[in-house]
Amino acid sequence: MNIIVLIKQVPDTTEIKIDPKTGTLIREGVESIINPDDRHASIINPDDRHAIELAVSLKQDHGGKARVISMGPPQTIDAISEALGMGIDEGILLTDRNFGGADTWATAYTLGKTIEKIKKYDLVICGRQAIDGDTAQIGPQVAEFLNLPQLTYVTQVEQINEKRIVVQRALEDGYERMESPLPVLITVIGEINKPRHPRVDFLINACKDKANIKIWDAADLGVTVQEIGLGGSLTRVIKTFSPKIKRGGEILKGNKEEVVNQLIDRLHEKHFI
Amino acid sequence: MDFSLSMEHEILRKSVRDFSEKEIKPVARELDEKEEFSYDTMRAMAGLGLFGMFVSEEYEGQGMDYISYIIATEEIARVDGSHAATIAAGNSLGTGPLYYYGTEEQKRKYLPEACRGETLWAFGLTEPNAGSDAGNTQTTAILDGDEWVINGSKIFITNGATDITAGTVSLCRTGTRKDGKPELTCIVVEKGTPGFEAREMHGKLMWRASNTSELYFDDCRVPKENLLGPIGDGFHQMLGTLDGGRLSIAAMGLGGAQGAFEMGMKYSKERVQFGRPISTFQVNAFKLADMATEIECARLLLYKACWLRDNEKPFAKHAAMAKLYCSEVMGMCVDHAVQLHGGYGLMKEYDIERFYRDHKLLEIGEGTSEVQRIVISRLIDAV
Ligand SMILES: Cc1cc2nc3c(=O)[nH]c(=O)nc-3n(C[C@H](O)[C@H](O)[C@H](O)COP(=O)(O)OP(=O)(O)OC[C@H]3O[C@@H](n4cnc5c(N)ncnc54)[C@H](O)[C@@H]3O)c2cc1C
Ligand SMILES: Cc1cc2nc3c(=O)[nH]c(=O)nc-3n(C[C@H](O)[C@H](O)[C@H](O)COP(=O)(O)OP(=O)(O)OC[C@H]3O[C@@H](n4cnc5c(N)ncnc54)[C@H](O)[C@@H]3O)c2cc1C
Repeated sequence: MNIIVLIKQVPDTTEIKIDPKTGTLIREGVESIINPDDRHASIINPDDRHAIELAVSLKQDHGGKARVISMGPPQTIDAISEALGMGIDEGILLTDRNFGGADTWATAYTLGKTIEKIKKYDLVICGRQAIDGDTAQIGPQVAEFLNLPQLTYVTQVEQINEKRIVVQRALEDGYERMESPLPVLITVIGEINKPRHPRVDFLINACKDKANIKIWDAADLGVTVQEIGLGGSLTRVIKTFSPKIKRGGEILKGNKEEVVNQLIDRLHEKHFI
Repeated sequence: MDFSLSMEHEILRKSVRDFSEKEIKPVARELDEKEEFSYDTMRAMAGLGLFGMFVSEEYEGQGMDYISYIIATEEIARVDGSHAATIAAGNSLGTGPLYYYGTEEQKRKYLPEACRGETLWAFGLTEPNAGSDAGNTQTTAILDGDEWVINGSKIFITNGATDITAGTVSLCRTGTRKDGKPELTCIVVEKGTPGFEAREMHGKLMWRASNTSELYFDDCRVPKENLLGPIGDGFHQMLGTLDGGRLSIAAMGLGGAQGAFEMGMKYSKERVQFGRPISTFQVNAFKLADMATEIECARLLLYKACWLRDNEKPFAKHAAMAKLYCSEVMGMCVDHAVQLHGGYGLMKEYDIERFYRDHKLLEIGEGTSEVQRIVISRLIDAV
């Protein structure tokens, strides 16, 4: 089974606070596992870690090869090394100045082109969404680009063989079981598994120059500047800001009985009861 | 001279630290209290590749240098002594003798599973009447046709009675040498061999989540070829193994001291008495300064001993010194750190309470502090 995992390197938000006055990130001086000098801690996007775990465990059970692809600045190689430490066989780093500023469309296009270039694959696995962008669009867009069936919010792979896959996926109010032919793209959520820690010797080897990581740029993919990065993006970011959350709490006034009655009325109004 | 660690060693330290903070620290206190060896954390540590660290890749080891193994042990010990004991006994005492002295066939048969952390091997040296005086082994092995018949017992054997223990390499008296001294030989005894039994020991002060056992041999018969290396080489093999093992105990002392120091530092910065953090009282700050200084010395000594070993230079003296020094430094650090915690340091809610207990083994196991001083005084020609 040939598996491709799409991963993203993101800032470690558990270590980052937003300055309420300026709206900018305050990055605390924390160290990443791989690069102790990297004070701007970056991690593999949490959902993507579950995608890697799934790929590695499927590979262990069914044989085959697992690759990760990640697009980003050169230091994204740390995320790929960590994936190799977890047992992924090969990494592909997409890095090129012209990839910069990509929206989800241009990103999905670039990732899709990369997967086309790899050709042989049965399963593409993505995390549901990235903690920095929160769009959950990349998986579905890549599936559309490649004309693949897609199964999103997967919580369990129940069966898989060379031809088909049966998964359980999360819905808002429960789960559903779906079957699809291969190749297929799935996006997974945290519930699916517990990601392993990297194996120390794999991780160390993955950080060496001879590690099995390919570095591709736009020319390697045969794409033009108009198709990728800022040039290939259909959307423009005008401004980013933290939403002003108004905590909508309300204190009901009156004696016990009145308050309870008011509450029941509200619940009726909202059709909760 | 260059004191910096390589990129590989830094990555190793960070990843083992990250692992031990996330997977070991949260469960260590409860396992200690229940006196329970955890197969979950065992599996997780195996997944990290911590069980065949210096064994070559040929036998599915991680093929790293000794300092890598020491750094990993140090980092686990920084959060828990019992888990560090499982790793240390698994590597230096478990796979060590098989790897260094075993036949090709024994290595192929036993090492891959052990390096994957699927099995553990027990190092059977200590006996009820042969502790510091390990040469006084009373367990006997007598050749009967194609089999050795073993009788006797071992005590305090780490990793000896877990569900995944594959067996033991035990020192036996196989005859008498020409000079009248006992001929001592290591023999491999697989679990499940009739007449061989391992019983878990309970009621320990420390390392309560590490498996300690008694081994019994009662007319236990093993094939003739279960010898580890040549007849009569056993004592030498055991002592050679212990030279490396002492570095692991030293690593536990260093890691434990580091952990205790960090706890003492954190607590005394947070604890306010007389209107200010207690760390701002000089008597307490000096405790922290002493701890930091001693830890630095301990680390330098231990890493130098590892460097000697990795560069195939004589290291026995430095190993004994590092074992002695690091375990005593941890003793000083846990004492200071508990003191900084006041009454709370005596309570199980604080990990320093466990560290205070766990520390004591380090001055006893794999050669007591007195025995280390005997070894050192001999090696410096003082006696
Ligand atoms: C938790 C635990 C795990 C262990 N794991 C293993 C293991 O995996 N394999 C194994 O083989 N053993 C193991 N041991 C045994 C350990 O190595 C011995 O306990 C240790 O060597 C001391 O031996 P002893 O307990 O018989 O003490 P003794 O030798 O009886 O020592 C008692 C005291 O007398 C002192 N003493 C003895 N001889 C002299 C001397 N000549 N000069 C000065 N002082 C002396 C000692 O320093 C000590 O203070 C373990 C022990 C423990 C507690
Ligand atoms: C088993 C047990 C039984 C007890 N029984 C009783 C009892 O019956 N009745 C009762 O009232 N209490 C009792 N205590 C409480 C005990 O008296 C306190 O634990 C003790 O006074 C220390 O206070 P603390 O634990 O708050 O430590 P802290 O006062 O927080 O001290 C922490 C550390 O800071 C140091 N420190 C604090 N202030 C200074 C300073 N100004 N200069 C330098 N160093 C400083 C201390 O020496 C210590 O090393 C008991 C405690 C225990 C553990």
